[in-house]
Amino acid sequence: MAARDTDWDGVRLHVVTGKGGTGKTTVAGALALALAADGRNVLLMEVEGRQGIAQLFDVPPLPYAERRIGVGLGTQAHEGGDVFALVADPESALTEYLEMFYNLRHAGSALARLGVMDFATTIAPGLRDVLLTGKAAEAVRRKAPGGRPVYDAVVMDAPPTGRIARFLNVSSEVSDLARVGPIRGHADTVQRVISSPQTVVHFVTVLEEMPVQETIDGIAELHTLGGLRAGGIIVNMTRPLALPSDQVQAAAAGNLDEGLLALGLKSAGLNHSPDLTAALAAEVRDQARTVAAQSLQEDRLDAAGLPRYRLPWISGGIGLAGLYRLAAALREQKAA
Amino acid sequence: MMTTRRPPHLDVDRLIDDRRTRIIVCCGAGGVGKTTAAAAIGLRAAERGRHVVVLTVDPARRLAQSMGLTSLDNTPRLVPGVRPAPRDATEGNGADSAGSLHAMMLDMKRTFDEIVEQHADPDRAAQILANPFYQSLSSSFAGTQEYMAMEKLGQLRRADEWDLIVVDTPPSRSALDFLDAPQRLSRFLDGRLLRLLTAPAKVGGRAYLRVLNAGFGVVTGVLTKILGTQVLRDVQTFVTALDTMFGGFRERAEYTYQLLRAPGTAFLVVAAPENDALREASYFVERLDTERMPLAGLILNRVQLLPAARLSAARSLAAAEVLQSAGPNGAPASEAGSDDTPEGAARVLALAALRLHADRMELAAVQQRAAEHFTAAHPLVPVAEIPAQPEDVHDLDGLRLIGEAFAVSTDS
Repeated sequence: MAARDTDWDGVRLHVVTGKGGTGKTTVAGALALALAADGRNVLLMEVEGRQGIAQLFDVPPLPYAERRIGVGLGTQAHEGGDVFALVADPESALTEYLEMFYNLRHAGSALARLGVMDFATTIAPGLRDVLLTGKAAEAVRRKAPGGRPVYDAVVMDAPPTGRIARFLNVSSEVSDLARVGPIRGHADTVQRVISSPQTVVHFVTVLEEMPVQETIDGIAELHTLGGLRAGGIIVNMTRPLALPSDQVQAAAAGNLDEGLLALGLKSAGLNHSPDLTAALAAEVRDQARTVAAQSLQEDRLDAAGLPRYRLPWISGGIGLAGLYRLAAALREQKAA
Repeated sequence: MMTTRRPPHLDVDRLIDDRRTRIIVCCGAGGVGKTTAAAAIGLRAAERGRHVVVLTVDPARRLAQSMGLTSLDNTPRLVPGVRPAPRDATEGNGADSAGSLHAMMLDMKRTFDEIVEQHADPDRAAQILANPFYQSLSSSFAGTQEYMAMEKLGQLRRADEWDLIVVDTPPSRSALDFLDAPQRLSRFLDGRLLRLLTAPAKVGGRAYLRVLNAGFGVVTGVLTKILGTQVLRDVQTFVTALDTMFGGFRERAEYTYQLLRAPGTAFLVVAAPENDALREASYFVERLDTERMPLAGLILNRVQLLPAARLSAARSLAAAEVLQSAGPNGAPASEAGSDDTPEGAARVLALAALRLHADRMELAAVQQRAAEHFTAAHPLVPVAEIPAQPEDVHDLDGLRLIGEAFAVSTDS
């Protein structure tokens, strides 16, 4: 099949971050579905133990194992590929790691009982992060017997914007830990994957002041670390008002022409009622103020100079159908 | 039309007017507008005569600016512009004069440092503060922020300079972290494992460990492998230096925990009217009940208001369709550019209004279902609503407007 041009060709690890309440998990899910179009296989990974993916895809809580949870967005040329999900927690990742490097299969569960996992990840928060990013890096690098990657892409529903830079700053996080040995080597491998062009960090935001500020700060922080690449800004839950911008501005300023609205409602066959006209005018005014405030936030995002994608607000709750709609929107805008 | 059970009305004004209310804890999942709600409650209480301090953990510059402060720090700052609320004739409970409002933002590292400085002699304190393990613990341990928020709350309460403290809890992954984290930290600090691990430094021998159990050698071995010897050495030095403070940590955590249970404390669970946020709110309500902590009620933030609620979504969409197909010469009305007549402009405007209204009706229906789920499970929990604001809050007027929502009874 002919490769289709997207903004992120060659990217294998999509890290999705965003402030709480911006729909980060939903966008990560939609991105996974979009990337799994054209028969590609995608792993969607969750690292904060909220079981957000299970809720999103309406399946029972997911274990620490890669499970197929859905089919990617279908296109005219191809059926969608498979989307797998993995809920990674540091304790399981540590157990797995101990098995891999020290052959301590049983030690893992014994240590867990003693609370050592909690202890180790507590006195060294960086360890926690490197175990989680390590799992993502491993999935990215994993090869099938033929030498082809098992996953064409990995999407990580990552910690929120305020913590993302620290989360990904693997090498400095563990620099105080073991300076030699397997964990060091492990960290270096993870760092290589994360700071390669194969990895980008997408920021999900809504057009409100605080999420936008956090996005701008998060991008700046990412740049100061060096090696980490900011991907796109995904503006979620947009609800444009289908009006020419001069009318939006007039309405926002309180100068909505109610006579004109009444005339329009009349031709829509709604019985003339000044109350209804006034009430609808109030709703339009309200929304116009929101839209005007949002366009100021859009201007602020311009400075980041990153590709921007817009996802519509889905009325009536997301649901699987809504998720596929968002996936289609991401694909149309070449985010995937 | 289906009748649904309405929750009791949460009377926020009565709560803040009651002088016996000394602490209000606003909790809930992240991103639900908790900080703004806490600030609005603080302002309203101050304007109704209370002397209030708002403790926030949210570094939002905008919130500071909306209170006329350039930034918030670890010291309570007086918020200018607080004025007496108009006296409420029906209640006779309004204030003759305004109280005062202070605001501060938790600096967890600073607060932790202060505890160390208070409890250790200068030499030892300096030793602790310089320890790399202490530095990572005090700035990034999951739970330190919650612990220090509790510590700060205890300090403010002891200072007794304010008659009402409004706390905004840290933006935890889960609202419950707020209750668990302080104990987690203190358990960790004087935990058995930490003591065992550091025992060699004090008793000076592996023999001691061997006596405890054979498995423990494996544990330290693995920990050394994973963490490296340097980290463990830092931990040991830290624990030894901090030894005298261990009791203090647990004691302080315990004091604050009791404070949360005491009469005079009220918990407000803040949630957006969405399933996820309300699920968190549900867990929290149940947990408070288990802990015998006093829940005042639920604040539903960002509720969609519908001035034109009597026009149903279906009728609104049907009318929009009429307009859509009624353009001049059958051209869709949405192609506005082609029709500059007043009729054309009227159609475009009405079409936008009707579609917007249908959207909002659907959103309101979804919100209402989510709220009903909550109330079905917790029929006795009082609820107050804050309407969705068209814009972010920028000044005291904006906060005041939110506070006014509390004056409106929802069961009219």
